[in-house]
Amino acid sequence: MDIHEHQAKDILAQFGVPVPKGHLAYSPEQAAYACRQLGGGICVVKAQIHSGGRGEAGGVRVCKTEDEVRAYAAGLLGKTLVTRQTGAGGKTVHRLWIEEATDIAQEIYLGFVLDRKSERIMIVASGHGGMEIEELAETDPDSLVRMVIDPAAGLVDYQARELAFRLGLSGKQIAQFVTTLRACYRAYRDLDAMMVEINPLAITGAGDLVALDAKMSFDTNALYRRPQVEALRDPGQEDPREAMAHDHGLAYVGLDGDIGCIINGAGLAMATMDMIKLAGGEPANFLDIGGGASPERVVTAFRTVLADANVGVILVNIFAGINRCDWIARGVVQAYEEVGLSLPVVVRLSGTNVEEGREIIRNSGLPLISADTLAEAAKAAVRARPQPIAAE
Amino acid sequence: MAILITEDTRVIVQGISGRIGQFHTQEMIEAGTNVVGGVTPGKGGTTVLNRPVFNTVREAVEKTGADASLLFVPPAFAADAMMEAADAGIKTCVCVTDGLPAQDMMKVKRFLRRYPREKKMRLIGPNCAGIISPGKGFMGIMPPHIYTPGRVGIVGRSGTLGYEAASQMSALGIGVSSSIGIGGDPINGSSFRDILELFENDPETDAIIMIGEIGGPQEAEAAAYVRDHMTKPVAAYVAGLSAPKGRKMGHAGAIISAFGESAQEKVEILQDAGIMVAPNPSSMGETVARMLGLRQAA
Repeated sequence: MDIHEHQAKDILAQFGVPVPKGHLAYSPEQAAYACRQLGGGICVVKAQIHSGGRGEAGGVRVCKTEDEVRAYAAGLLGKTLVTRQTGAGGKTVHRLWIEEATDIAQEIYLGFVLDRKSERIMIVASGHGGMEIEELAETDPDSLVRMVIDPAAGLVDYQARELAFRLGLSGKQIAQFVTTLRACYRAYRDLDAMMVEINPLAITGAGDLVALDAKMSFDTNALYRRPQVEALRDPGQEDPREAMAHDHGLAYVGLDGDIGCIINGAGLAMATMDMIKLAGGEPANFLDIGGGASPERVVTAFRTVLADANVGVILVNIFAGINRCDWIARGVVQAYEEVGLSLPVVVRLSGTNVEEGREIIRNSGLPLISADTLAEAAKAAVRARPQPIAAE
Repeated sequence: MAILITEDTRVIVQGISGRIGQFHTQEMIEAGTNVVGGVTPGKGGTTVLNRPVFNTVREAVEKTGADASLLFVPPAFAADAMMEAADAGIKTCVCVTDGLPAQDMMKVKRFLRRYPREKKMRLIGPNCAGIISPGKGFMGIMPPHIYTPGRVGIVGRSGTLGYEAASQMSALGIGVSSSIGIGGDPINGSSFRDILELFENDPETDAIIMIGEIGGPQEAEAAAYVRDHMTKPVAAYVAGLSAPKGRKMGHAGAIISAFGESAQEKVEILQDAGIMVAPNPSSMGETVARMLGLRQAA
């Protein structure tokens, strides 16, 4: 789960990371007032969306006067920003962060991630911050310093000092850097984060460290014990299809194709999408219906998939272990009745209670297309697609 | 012999009193698994399915001689249950539970390191379908009837994709020695490499199919192990060729976030190590057949 920059800065500041003074604004008037509170001079206006690359997409500007802030805010609020991370749909700006300007002498990259190789929290840092980590890894890999934290001891000060010296810091910056690292680590650990990134961590003209941008994302599996983090969720930044699926407890990822998928198991769902592509089609979504799915849950899955207007055919592929094919089949029939389905539906059932399931499908009298194998199901779904209007 | 579970394995179920725990325990018993008891804190002294229930894993091990444990414990308590099993002397622990916080697993893996190698518990999962040696027994949630007993090992992250492979193989008359689900989480108890090593040393396994997916370094580690240390042939399939970068595809671990983590890159790494990769999920069975045919011809 992602949160906004201003929320991440707020959290990190509570743990002891130095951040610039700033205020949140939902209107041009609030933005102008925020600028006045900061002294009325130069300040930075930053669009708050869940994405990096906001600067180059026109979502960040240094403004010199209150009037400039007001005018820029008026143009930015309600606008949809398309960055290289948002996809073509972009994300809409509903709030702005107005921050005091900082005199930057040098930019450092600092990130905390879950390292899957060591299975521990890893710090990644570079003395050449400011650009995205992917770009850094490609253009300047030698500048990256990595350090793994032992969960039993936690981050130890000598590691932080060592990192500071390797980045070329000196004097009071060493102590400030150690404080910043410890704060980030504690925030990561105590709030079940999956990622903490400060980019850039600036060294000011006066030689002090300050976090100019901050990003945090959290382990959704741990939200049950972090209600304060869950409260920061902003559904307005999510794909509406995904927000709906999330509310129904379904694992769903929206894609660009027209074949809606209802599958059990993440691996089988990915494999089915691969198979659709090989058969010449494009999946509209990833959807894992999970284990022990009741007929009602199947209906909910249908509603979720059908919320995507691009969907022209639905493929149900179930290999039941913990599931039951007869329940799934009853759910499909129920979906036809309750949702008033008119699209073609391909159903492939296998595993627990498969004969009962197939019989329900056969006897339903509905125009369901049955398939026995994964390959047949994918081909049938591609064939059943309505003819595209535009040439492909 | 198979790996990890045989007819001699003495199995307890942690969380046996719950609805799900009871349902699957019943299935396991029907398939011939030697279930000797269960653990539910506070329910000690009762019985479930004619098996004694204990308050602690230590007591269950002392009274039943159990050496394996299957966990049906809610995510918030699963890490604790794993550590309890490890400390009670359980040798193989399978955790089906999905939804464990990553930091809980970090803690469990650190905890397991306190035991010397010969006493260290082998953890399978979490977020996995379990383990099965067809005809001998199983611990998990898979439908046992789809597996034909035989001599090919299966190891995969995804449960349902493992079923898919087993049924494609059954249709071609190819049987399974053991099938191991390692689970879809970013931090898991056993890696592909760990399980490949067990299959390499199992006299009842002739060849292996490994079913990977996007995200994480484990397929690449396994490829290096196959190239440098294995004598048995290995086939593979990697799910997620059509998965977009940076999006979590259901499994907490199925996300492309670094170089070498996409399906295409993993396929190339596996092929470079001499592994036969199935071009699509419908040809896993055929690929195994081809691998066995080549082996016979050699």
